[in-house]
Amino acid sequence: MSILKKLFTAVRGGAREAGQAIVDANGIRIFEQEIADAQNALQRAKKSLTEVMAKEMQTKRKISALDASIAEHEAYAGQALEKGNEALALEIAEKIGDFEAEKAEHEEVLAGFSNHIVQLKQQVKEAEKSIKENQRQLTMVKTTESVQQATMAVNSTLNTNSSSMTSARESLERIKQRQQDRQDQLGAAKQLEADTNGDDLKAKMAEAGIGDTNPKSADILARIKAKQNS
Amino acid sequence: MELNELSIKLASFETEGVSFESFLIANEGEQDVLQVIVDGNDELPIFVTQTEEQLLCISYLFAENEVQADMRNELNETLLRLNVPIPLSAFAKIDDKYAIFGALSVNSSFDDITHELVTLADNAIDALEAVTIYLND
Repeated sequence: MSILKKLFTAVRGGAREAGQAIVDANGIRIFEQEIADAQNALQRAKKSLTEVMAKEMQTKRKISALDASIAEHEAYAGQALEKGNEALALEIAEKIGDFEAEKAEHEEVLAGFSNHIVQLKQQVKEAEKSIKENQRQLTMVKTTESVQQATMAVNSTLNTNSSSMTSARESLERIKQRQQDRQDQLGAAKQLEADTNGDDLKAKMAEAGIGDTNPKSADILARIKAKQNS
Repeated sequence: MELNELSIKLASFETEGVSFESFLIANEGEQDVLQVIVDGNDELPIFVTQTEEQLLCISYLFAENEVQADMRNELNETLLRLNVPIPLSAFAKIDDKYAIFGALSVNSSFDDITHELVTLADNAIDALEAVTIYLND
């Protein structure tokens, strides 16, 4: 059964006592062992894989060397025939036969290596998959455990801290009040700054037409007109 | 980053116009928990724990018994639906408490962590405000 399914069942059961482990320590050890085993298997498979791949290359090299020898001796046999030396040509042909027999043996070995490589690659893939899967599940188990432990630590703090026992409604009201207070303070600070700079008073005076007011264009025009008329 | 290191860094740090207070709840031989208070809102502390893979930030919202009994299903459904749109955080239930949480990789930078904490704190307040209609008076 997957860990998630186990967790699901345990949570659904709801009978779990606080702090009771969903997966026992033994279960965790088994998981860790499985991961370690898979990692060992992976190491072994990778080591074999490199060895077999090296042997495959060696065998391929031998086969191509034999191919070269065969071609070379076929040329020699041709030359012997051209010179009318049938006996020598036959001897060379026998040699070619030996080369071909050797090549056939190597080809058989090569096929074995190639098959082995396919198998080992599959094993590596499976081991990697298994490690990843077990690690994912182990993470879930460990997180669940650590959240449980943390919850216990938090609960013991909450219970000794009476302010945290208040209801969510009261908490929210207090937070909102604090935010409002802060806004008010900010507003008050601005007000105070405006007062000290006298901005506020000046603005009020200007509105009442007292103090340094900007001359209105209508007044200027009236002044000019008065000058012309005089 | 170790939790005590995080605590020290948070103390002298301010981001997004927000400051942090934090203290470590040492838990002999067990899981250490860092309690973080964002922007003075000590009603909604964030509890940070670290495992091999991830850093969990959890804030407890309200207890199951604060929910109006006949609205529980609707509340659960709503929280499930909100899980995707809510940025960086998700809703959860731990024992009999509803919570909001975020999980980070243990390789997260300090900036990532503070951003998570600030977002989680904001989300917690917003969430609490949104669900009050489901809670007992």
